[in-house]
Amino acid sequence: MTLQLNWSQAKTLFQRLGSVIGLLLLFIVLSVLSPDFLTTGNLLTVLRQVSINALIAFGMTFVILSGGIDLSVGAILAFTGAVTAGLMAAGHGMVLSVGAGLALGLVLGMVNGALVSWGKVAPFIATLGTLTLLRGLTLSYTQGSPIPVTNPGFAMLGGGYIANLIPLPVLWMAIAFILCGFLLRGTVFGRHVVAIGGNQEAARLSGVRLSPMKLAIYGLSGLLSAFAGVVLTSRLYSAQATAGAGYELDAIAAVVLGGTSLAGGRGWLFGTLIGALLIGFLNNGLNLLGVSSFYQQVVKGIVILIAVLLDRRQ
Amino acid sequence: MRKVTFLAAAAATLLAACSQQGPGESTPAAASTAGGAAASGTPVIGLALSTQNNPFFVELKDGAQKAAKDAGVQLVVVDAQDDPARQISSVEDLIQKRVSVILLNPTDSSALAGAVQSAQRANIPVITLDRGVDGAEVASHIASDNIAGGKMAADFLAKQLNGKGNIIELQGVAGTSAARERGKGFDDEIATTGMKVVAQQPANFDRAQGLSVSENLLQGNNDVQAIFAQNDEMALGAVQALAGKNKKILVVGFDGTPDGKTAVQSGAMAATVAQQPEEIGKLGVETAKKLIDKQPVEKSIAVPLKLLTKE
Repeated sequence: MTLQLNWSQAKTLFQRLGSVIGLLLLFIVLSVLSPDFLTTGNLLTVLRQVSINALIAFGMTFVILSGGIDLSVGAILAFTGAVTAGLMAAGHGMVLSVGAGLALGLVLGMVNGALVSWGKVAPFIATLGTLTLLRGLTLSYTQGSPIPVTNPGFAMLGGGYIANLIPLPVLWMAIAFILCGFLLRGTVFGRHVVAIGGNQEAARLSGVRLSPMKLAIYGLSGLLSAFAGVVLTSRLYSAQATAGAGYELDAIAAVVLGGTSLAGGRGWLFGTLIGALLIGFLNNGLNLLGVSSFYQQVVKGIVILIAVLLDRRQ
Repeated sequence: MRKVTFLAAAAATLLAACSQQGPGESTPAAASTAGGAAASGTPVIGLALSTQNNPFFVELKDGAQKAAKDAGVQLVVVDAQDDPARQISSVEDLIQKRVSVILLNPTDSSALAGAVQSAQRANIPVITLDRGVDGAEVASHIASDNIAGGKMAADFLAKQLNGKGNIIELQGVAGTSAARERGKGFDDEIATTGMKVVAQQPANFDRAQGLSVSENLLQGNNDVQAIFAQNDEMALGAVQALAGKNKKILVVGFDGTPDGKTAVQSGAMAATVAQQPEEIGKLGVETAKKLIDKQPVEKSIAVPLKLLTKE
């Protein structure tokens, strides 16, 4: 058991280095090709662009590590963003509105968890169902129109800077990364997540309580999606009914690019951060180079496919 | 280790391949961008499109590209795929690229004010195309007179239906000024006639949604004589929804895209209020060039519309 673990750990290490070196190479290539790439302004801009996807992808990492998938993240983002903006438009304070939005995200995520654990619905189907349901609720709540936000304090959450330099969303991303990293590496909860993903039956027999765990895992994903929704709403000065469409796929791509196995049980949070950065720098670099957006999608697709194919080879 | 080399090599090759893909794609900007736009001295204009999944904006882009070629400026085109967050990112990328002027075709009137302000902080003037931006001053706004266009469509239907009948209205992306103004021009004019808008719903300027929304609305409203769609894509969706139904329902679109014009000629659509997207793109680049040459520009430029019917 120990020997096997060490061997697989060694293999994982190589795999992990892959995404980091991939990012470094992308960095070098872009720096050479575009004179505007390697500037403080540009790098900070990309970090801010990446933060929304990274927040969602951190939660997604836990879900995928446990052998599940969460397709509802973009819909949770849109719905909680709309409710947060709606509460503020109705005259409630920023703290209450944001708090309610985050709590709603947590609850919606736990509903996913309940469907998966007690309902015994496959995660793909359960979260596809909540995705559709929440999209509908968002459209009916907003009536399809954006809900504008005027609260200046709230606009800081996504649009503000620390010391006139570091965008606040980057700080949120860093804090979320540290907290989630601790949760995954330093707590029993994290070890149980990995155990469930590795072998659910074995985990259950060794005393892991599956249902509460799944409630917590999907709840965490919902909470982080809601937080991303709050930050996005703040950046856009408004909650958009169709916000976050397709964000679940970007988040899954970040997790997979980072070397986390879609089969569960194997992966790391740092890789997800690298994966999100890879996608962000790729988008930014292709824009700076003036590559047509059609080809941008082709490039992104090919990079993801290569990463997944190599993952399967190992 | 194999993975490392593979991924790296692949990423590098793809990037190299793509930066060279530009000239073949007749994107004059991409050709010289790789060589360092800022250094070469040719002014660079950025064009941030809402989407290229709609022929209207593709024509707008074509017009801008032709004008850029004539004016001897570079044009860098970015596309938001209708996602305001993505558009903010691509406008930021244009700012980082230090373009001289940004032509912005917003995905949404309410969400882009922050991006416009960031550009202005970087001393890059912004010109909005087709849709405006709420809560931010721009150097110039170039668009069709959408209110007049909505009125044109209503007048046409009043004439065809002798001033009475029930109408379904397919609305564009809620919150965009185009949807708001076309709707206002149309609704206000209809109110002065004996006609009535019995149902209106957003189909987001999208053909597939135009189809499904029309199907649903037709299901619920039996007595309908006309459908007004705030763009041709939705009108064409409505035409598909009507296919096979033995009812004479007039469909009027807006934009005058190639598909829309063909449908008008074949009789599938009764009329379309034709915009001149190429003209919008062209005027955008020409106005940007004026700004670069430090010449005065008009705050608001209206591009004329034309009602197209079967000859």
